[in-house]
Amino acid sequence: MRNKRTELFVGCFIVLGVLAFVYLAVQVSGLAFSGKKDTYQIVARFNDIGGLSDRAKVTIAGVAVGDVESISFDKELYMGLVKMNIVSDVNNIPTDSSVAILTSGLLGEKYLGISIGAEDDVLVEGDEIYDTQSALVLENLISQFLFKSDDSEE
Amino acid sequence: MKAITDLGGWLLNWLEAVGRAGIFLAQSVFRFPVRLNESINLLVKQLYSVGVLSLVIVVVSGAFIGMVLALQGYSILAKFGSEDAVGQLLALALLRELAPVVTALLFAGRAGSSLTAEIGLMKATEQLSSFEMMGVDPLRRVIAPRFIAGVICLPLLSIIFSATGIIGGLVVSVGWLGVHDGAFWSLMQQSVYFDTDIINGFIKAVCFAIVVTWIAVYQGYECLPTSEGIGKATTRTVVLGSLAILALDFILTAAMFGDF
Repeated sequence: MRNKRTELFVGCFIVLGVLAFVYLAVQVSGLAFSGKKDTYQIVARFNDIGGLSDRAKVTIAGVAVGDVESISFDKELYMGLVKMNIVSDVNNIPTDSSVAILTSGLLGEKYLGISIGAEDDVLVEGDEIYDTQSALVLENLISQFLFKSDDSEE
Repeated sequence: MKAITDLGGWLLNWLEAVGRAGIFLAQSVFRFPVRLNESINLLVKQLYSVGVLSLVIVVVSGAFIGMVLALQGYSILAKFGSEDAVGQLLALALLRELAPVVTALLFAGRAGSSLTAEIGLMKATEQLSSFEMMGVDPLRRVIAPRFIAGVICLPLLSIIFSATGIIGGLVVSVGWLGVHDGAFWSLMQQSVYFDTDIINGFIKAVCFAIVVTWIAVYQGYECLPTSEGIGKATTRTVVLGSLAILALDFILTAAMFGDF
């Protein structure tokens, strides 16, 4: 009968391992098993990407509606080219919307925020948002501040 | 002149030992599945003694390491007013580094040493040669099930270590120190990626499992069949196994997370 008990314990062990794996996947990494969400891709060009990274979230009104697919360098225009995927449910972004690179918290991660425009036409797969606002670079901000204070002294 | 020949001889011996260990590994793995029913029985018995019996030490140390990490992380993060990030710290540290490495070290001490001692004693009492005389291949009968059981168990134990560590950290940070539990989970889920963190940690554990179990069974099989020889082989299993884990961990980490 010893053998049966051994098998039982081994079975429990393996089930425990698999359960722990599922727990890590679902609860810790927040993996959703709904498969790949239906998305469409839009692009935007920025003068300065700042610290934006792949998989950063794209938000409208602070709510995540997609993520950054890739960031590359546009050789002709000397600008940073950002491709982002937006979930298909959100299919009513006007063509004159603007997109800005924002920071969550003072030193938090960078993300994209889309501000909605007024146009009736909406963005579809492959469209570009032309009105972009670059990342806030702390060094530039400080140097501007220093220049200003120098000017006022003179 | 003598020093050079000594060095050469030592190098040749060493290469020979590596080659022997490699052939040994290949033979014991590829010769395994003969009669399926019997081999599964052998495997289950080893899974029990290698895996189930290591469960307690892994769960207890996982829970305590998670709790300590949460305490230490909280006391530092609270200085920057970002104590909510303790969940993020906990999950990343456990999944990427601590779970595979600490589990493998514990495994080398708990299961690896017992594998070496068991096989060494079998050799000393000539059980291995009697298997051979009965026409049973000891590699197939004794080594292969132990090796495969080790390779299956360590990744599972490492995952269980992560899960208990996170639960331990949750108990300390949310239950005791008063971190907001919504922020705890959401920051953790934002920063932990399934493919880069969980899968890479799992791959690490599989690599450690292969190396540690290989060292353990090889040291047992090759030891001098005396009581002193078995003692030395057991020590070598723990020392070599731990060093191999730590060195391999650096290489794997550099390969997985080093591309900034």
